[in-house]
Amino acid sequence: MAPTPPSADQVKQAVSDLADRTQSSQAWSSIFRPGSIFRKGYTDSPRNRSYVIMNSVLYHLHPVKVKRHAVKVSYTLCLGGLSFFLFILLTVTGIFLMFFYRPTASAAYADMETLRSAVTFGLLVRNMHRWGAHLMVLSVFLHMARVFYHGAYKSPREFNWVIGVILLTLTLLLSFTGYLLPWDQLALWAVTVGTNMMGFTPVFGDQVRFVLLGGVEIGSDTLLRWYVLHVLMLPFVTVIMMAIHFWRVRKDGGISGPL
Amino acid sequence: MTEIPEHLLKRAQEARDRAAAKGAETAAADAPAAAAPAEDVSPEAAAAASKIPPHLLERAKAARAKSASTAVESAAPAAAVATAGGAVATATAPPPTGPGGHTQRLLTVVKSGSIQDVKAMPVDKVHVWPHLLVVEFVAALAVTAFTLIFSIFVNAPLLELADFNATPNPSKAPWYFLGLQELLTMFHPMVAGVTLPGFALILLILAPYIDKNPSNKPEKRKFAISLMTVHLMFWTVLVMIGSFFRGPGFNFVFPWEAGLFFEL
Repeated sequence: MAPTPPSADQVKQAVSDLADRTQSSQAWSSIFRPGSIFRKGYTDSPRNRSYVIMNSVLYHLHPVKVKRHAVKVSYTLCLGGLSFFLFILLTVTGIFLMFFYRPTASAAYADMETLRSAVTFGLLVRNMHRWGAHLMVLSVFLHMARVFYHGAYKSPREFNWVIGVILLTLTLLLSFTGYLLPWDQLALWAVTVGTNMMGFTPVFGDQVRFVLLGGVEIGSDTLLRWYVLHVLMLPFVTVIMMAIHFWRVRKDGGISGPL
Repeated sequence: MTEIPEHLLKRAQEARDRAAAKGAETAAADAPAAAAPAEDVSPEAAAAASKIPPHLLERAKAARAKSASTAVESAAPAAAVATAGGAVATATAPPPTGPGGHTQRLLTVVKSGSIQDVKAMPVDKVHVWPHLLVVEFVAALAVTAFTLIFSIFVNAPLLELADFNATPNPSKAPWYFLGLQELLTMFHPMVAGVTLPGFALILLILAPYIDKNPSNKPEKRKFAISLMTVHLMFWTVLVMIGSFFRGPGFNFVFPWEAGLFFEL
């Protein structure tokens, strides 16, 4: 005789028992600190709302409370936060692309074609990386305009504006160094135009061009140089600058306004 | 530790010096009184040295004498039972007076609002969780969805293999540098490629130090806003022209006639 299938109530009971046991386990409570919404017995109270931030890594980014107007989307348009999020998105897709790419003049273009045709999701991830990069340049630029129009760079936020301008420059450099990496006609000649302009720097223009290109002409050395700048050095500097930028936002009394 | 202002320290030091000088004078004039224990200072001497009205001192002296006598009376039966502890029980506690018979001292006068300044206005605040985090999460989801869907339908450009012998016509920089490339048609390369953008970047960095207007109200900073808007529009127009209206030889063309010479 076959055993009778469990009733809906029994299944529900078993699931809730399992959830209860999981949430009570040592492993679970070691991962989720007191106040986490995933902890057993979380209730929505002002005390717990504070703990969600205070007892998590988010406390490095956000205070427990912010001015009411700071959560209005119409004030910030989320532009700063989206720039940061796009940076994360570009890091994730960029790491994926690094698995399939060699920065040499002989291999780079072939790797791009393999990526597009043979790698699972290769085309999609490359598209996301490229469009995300253009989007980030746009959002950082618009963020700067928003901050200017709100007069948010005024005392005590002068220095954070300076950091912001540096971050805008770093964003442009990140995008420009990435432009060369596909090693196609578009990359080569866009970079030729760009670096020729930098060669007109007064007094030491030739030296600037030589350092940027790793030689007198664009070539395999340039590719390696810009690759290292693109995946390592510029992101490293950008992360440090972003850390200071976000820290100053909190120290200078949260975001500016209301108008 | 709280910092004590210089002038207060100085004033306190002067007061201490004055008090020390005065103490030395009285000691010289009345040596036996100074040698006696502090609690035995004669009321007359104390009255002379203090500014407390004499009738108050009289009243205080009467009260002290009365309490001392009651202490002796109450201690008497106890002394009869336990003779050993009697001496301790009858000893009166010295009255808590400072030098000169004062019972209290004025430390300082604090004007209201000088140190007990309360934060001016309570700010209307909301919890970051859930109010701000939900907004951020939705914004992040939206931009991910947009990038993902856009990437499914539109492929990033990949032209032919880089070839040093085949210069495309026109050769264009990335779109955010096309404003600079546009300037190249008007100025010497050093001016267009280095001087002007360098100057713009330095001005941008110095903006908060140049703009001394403390207000952030748009109606009170018409000049700053107009100036920025003019420059942003100037820049946007340059990028637009460089992107869409420049054809072979970087000559001016209309995209609806000559076609588009633009790759992202």
